[in-house]
Amino acid sequence: MKGWQQFWRQLSLFGLLALVLTGCGKDELSALKPSGPVAAMQYDLMKLSSAIMIGVFIVVMLIFTYVLIRYRKRPGQQGIPKQVEGNHALEILWTVIPFLLLIVMAVPTVTTGFALHEEYPKEEALQVKVTAHQFWWEFEYPDLGVATAQDLVLPVGKKVQFHLTSADVMHAFWIPALGGKIDTNPGQENKMWLQADKTGIFYGKCAELCGASHALMDFKVEVMDQAAFDKWIDGMKGVQSKDPAVATSPGAAQGQEIFNKSCLGCHAVAGKGGKLGPNLTNFADRERVAGILEHTPENVAKWLKDPQKEKTGNNMPNLNLDDAQVKALVEYMSTLSVK
Amino acid sequence: MSAHASHAPAPKRSGLWDWLTTVDHKKIAILYLIAGGIFFLAGGFEALLIRLQLMYPESQVVGAGLFNELITMHGTTMIFLAVMPVIFALMNAVVPLQIGARDVAFPFVNALGFWLFFFGGLLLNTSWFLGGAPDAGWTSYTTLALNQYSGRGVDFYVLGLQIAGLGTLIGGINFLVTIINMRAPGMTFMRMPMFTWASFVTSGLILFAFPAITVGLVLLMFDRLFGGNFFNPDAGGNVIIWEHLFWIFGHPEVYILILPAFGIISEVVSTFSKKRLFGYSSMVFATALIGFLGFMVWAHHMFTTGLGAIANTLFGLATMLIAVPTGIKIFNWLLTMWGGQITFPTANLWAVGFIPTFTIGGMTGVMLAVPPADYQYHDSYFVVAHFHYVIVGGLVSGLFAGLYYWWPKMFGKMLNEKLGKWNFWTFFIGFHLTFFPQHFLGLMGMPRRVYTFLKGQDLDVGNFISTIGVFGMTIGTILFLVNVVVSAKGKRAVADPWDGRTLEWTIPSPPPEYNFAQTPLVRGLDAFWIEKMAGNKGMTPAEPLGDIHMPSPSFLPFLMSVGLFIAGYGFMYHNYVVVVIGLLVTFGCMFARSVKDDPGYHIHEDEIEEKGVKA
Repeated sequence: MKGWQQFWRQLSLFGLLALVLTGCGKDELSALKPSGPVAAMQYDLMKLSSAIMIGVFIVVMLIFTYVLIRYRKRPGQQGIPKQVEGNHALEILWTVIPFLLLIVMAVPTVTTGFALHEEYPKEEALQVKVTAHQFWWEFEYPDLGVATAQDLVLPVGKKVQFHLTSADVMHAFWIPALGGKIDTNPGQENKMWLQADKTGIFYGKCAELCGASHALMDFKVEVMDQAAFDKWIDGMKGVQSKDPAVATSPGAAQGQEIFNKSCLGCHAVAGKGGKLGPNLTNFADRERVAGILEHTPENVAKWLKDPQKEKTGNNMPNLNLDDAQVKALVEYMSTLSVK
Repeated sequence: MSAHASHAPAPKRSGLWDWLTTVDHKKIAILYLIAGGIFFLAGGFEALLIRLQLMYPESQVVGAGLFNELITMHGTTMIFLAVMPVIFALMNAVVPLQIGARDVAFPFVNALGFWLFFFGGLLLNTSWFLGGAPDAGWTSYTTLALNQYSGRGVDFYVLGLQIAGLGTLIGGINFLVTIINMRAPGMTFMRMPMFTWASFVTSGLILFAFPAITVGLVLLMFDRLFGGNFFNPDAGGNVIIWEHLFWIFGHPEVYILILPAFGIISEVVSTFSKKRLFGYSSMVFATALIGFLGFMVWAHHMFTTGLGAIANTLFGLATMLIAVPTGIKIFNWLLTMWGGQITFPTANLWAVGFIPTFTIGGMTGVMLAVPPADYQYHDSYFVVAHFHYVIVGGLVSGLFAGLYYWWPKMFGKMLNEKLGKWNFWTFFIGFHLTFFPQHFLGLMGMPRRVYTFLKGQDLDVGNFISTIGVFGMTIGTILFLVNVVVSAKGKRAVADPWDGRTLEWTIPSPPPEYNFAQTPLVRGLDAFWIEKMAGNKGMTPAEPLGDIHMPSPSFLPFLMSVGLFIAGYGFMYHNYVVVVIGLLVTFGCMFARSVKDDPGYHIHEDEIEEKGVKA
C-alpha cells in the first residue's frame, strides 16, 4: 500500500528531525526566515524571548535533575526529612529575578510594538486595500486605480500600508516571511504595514478559521523591483481603463462568449464585470489557480468543471459546463495577461 | 431543624435509582468522573481523527467540512465536558474530606450541577446525529458562527454550553460556600490544604467568569434563533464584542482549569517527598494572584484583532506579570522535593513529569505575551502547541496524578502500579512527540485549524511526527482504562496508603457516607501529619459521637435538567410547545422543591459505632 511506503519513508526521515527543525522551513513561508524589516523585528523579539526562556528552563532543569537524583529515597533510608516551612531569601530571589528578566523583555516589546503600529501616508508608502472573501483575497491599489486578486504584487524595498477588511466572515492576513498577521473584520478597517527586502515569491495564508476551505485560502506575494512594478501597474491600468480586449483565436473567442455570458457577472476582466469573485484581469500571469493548484490548463479545467470539489464551500456554483465549453474557456482565460 | 428530621434510616435505594437520586458528594464525584471520562474519550477520538487527517499533506481521511466539526467538538468537548467535570470530580471527592466536612454546603445543588452539565453535554453531542456538529471553532467567532455562514450545529453549541455552564456556575458557588462555611474546627484559611485553596480560588473564578460567557451565549442565541443583530455588521452589529465576551470568560477559564492542577501537584509532591509544602503562604498568595491577574489579560487572545498599540502593549505586559507567581510555584515545588525522601509511585511520576512540561508551556506563554512577536505566533500551530502543553501536559498530567493519588480514597481499590507506569511513559512520550514539533510547524508558517496542508511547504515531517505521537497518547489512555478494570479486582486500599498528610487519609477508603464519624479538631497545616508526628493514632475529635444528620436523596435535580434539555430542542427547532413542556418540567420541579419540606434523615449513633470507629 502506498500509505505504508510513505509511512516508512517518513519514519526514516525521523533522524533528520533535528536538522529540519533548525533548518526552519521554506524561505518563501517561514517566519524564521524574515525577508523584511517587520518580520526581522519580530524575529529579533522571538530570539530574545526564547533565549531568556531557555535560560530559565535550563536553571529549572538543573535544579530538577539534581533534586531527583540526590533526594530520591534510598533503600533502607530511615527517619523523617526536616520539615522546612520556607526560606524568605530564596522566595524573594525567585520573585525578583523573573521580574527583572521580564523588564528586559518588556522594553523592546513596547518599542517594537509602537513601531509596528506606525501608519504611513501615501507619500511614504504604497497604499493597498485588502478585502478578504470566503476563500480568496481581493487587492486594490486605490491611488493607482488598479485592482487584482490572489496574487499581491509589491515593489521591493518600499513600505506598504495595508488597509484591511472583510466582505463576509473574519479572516486573518498573514505573510509569515514578511511579518505577522492581522485580522480582517467585517464592518471595520484594520491597518498594518509591511516591507519586502527581497524580490521573489512569498506565500500568504488566511490564519483565522473562516469556513470549510479555510486551509485553502492561500495567496501569493510577488515582489519585484520598482521598475518592473511600475511596468506591471501601467499594464494593469492600461487594460483596466478599457473594455476587455476581443479574443482573436477562434477557440478563445468562443471562450470569451461563454465567459461574458456566465462569468462576467461575478468576475471582472479589464474594465468590466462584477466584484463577487476574484478579478481575473491578469489571470494567466498568476502563480496558482484558485490560490492552491499549480497553474496548468488541466487544473484550470478541473476547477471550472467542479469548483466545489477543489475548494469546498466556496461561493462559485458549478456551471455544468461540457468539455468543449471548458476547453474554450481555458483557452480564453490563458489570454488574460498583462505581461 | 433536627426536630423535624425523621430518625428512621433512609429508604434503601439500590442500583441505577441510587445513582440518579444521590446527593452524596462522593457519588457525585464518581458520576462526574464517569461522564467526564466518556466525553474525554469522545474528544480524544476526535483528536485522533484530526491528526490522522493531518498525517500526510493533501490527504482526504475526513473532508473539509467534517474536519471543522471535529476541531470544534474536540475543543469544546475537552474544555467544557472532559477536563472541567474531571476537575469537579476531584473537587467533589476530596475538598469536603480535606476540610473535615460531611458533605458540601448544598448537596441538592451539587447533584443539580452535575445533571445540568451532563444534559448540556449530551445535547451538544446529539448534534452529530441531528444535521451536523458545530463547525465554527470552540471559540465560535462571529460572523462565522451566525446563521448565514454556519449550520444548525452552532445552535447546539449555544444551548448545550448554556445548560452545561449553569451547572458549572452553581457548582462553583457551592464550593465557595462549602469552603468558607464548612471547615472543621481549627481549620483556618491558612491551614487549608493546597488543593482546597486551589479549588476555592477556581470556584471564585467560575463565579465571575461564567456570567460573561452566559451573556455572550444569550446574545448569540438571539442572533441565531430570534433574528437579533448584535454581531451582524450589516445591521450595525459589532463582531468584536463576541471576542471580548468570550475571552473575558475564556482566559479566566484557563486558570479555572490549571489552578486545581497546581493544587494536586502541591499535594502529591509534598506527600511523596515526605516534606511539608515549601513556602505554603507564598503558594497561597501566588494562587490568589494568578486568579486575580487572570481577569486582567483576556485581550492577549486578541492581539491581532486590531485593538491598537496601546491596548496590545498593556495587555501584553500584564500577561507577562503572571509569569512571576507561576515561577514562584515551580521553584516552591522543586524546593519541596529538595532534602526530601522522594518515592515514585505513578501519582508522583505524573506530578514530577508535570514540572518540566508545564514549565515549557508557561515559557511559550510568556513568549506569546510579547504582542509584536505574537503577530507571528497567533492562530498558528505555535499556539496549538502552547495551549496543549498547558492543558494536556499540565492539566491532564495533574488530573492523572490526582486520580492515581486519590483513586484509593474514591473507590477503595489501588490502581495497578505497573500498568500505571506504562500508562505514564507512553502518554508522556507520546505527548511530547505530538506537540513539541508543532511549535516549529507554527513558526514555519502553518496556521491552526487547517484541514490540510499543501505539498512543498516543508511541513510534512513535523506533521507526520506529530501524528505518530498521538498513538503513544492513545495507548496511554487505553492502558489507564485497562488499569481501572484490573483494579476493580485488585488490592483493597487501606485508609492511608501513601502516608498522607491531610484529613482525607484519616478516614476509611472509601469513606462512609457521613465521612467523619466525629468532626476532627485541626491543629495546623497538614493536620494528619501533625498528629502522626505527635504519636497519635488519629485525629482528636472536636465533638462527641452523636446522630448524624444527612440530606435526603432526590430525583428532582435529574428532572430539572431533563426539562432544560427538552426545552433546548424546542428553542432550536422553534417549537414552542416543546419549550413550554420542558420549562414546565423544570419550573415544576423547582416549585416542588420549594414547597416540599425536606427534613433529611439521621444516621444513628449505634450504627456509626458499629462500622465507623474502628477504622
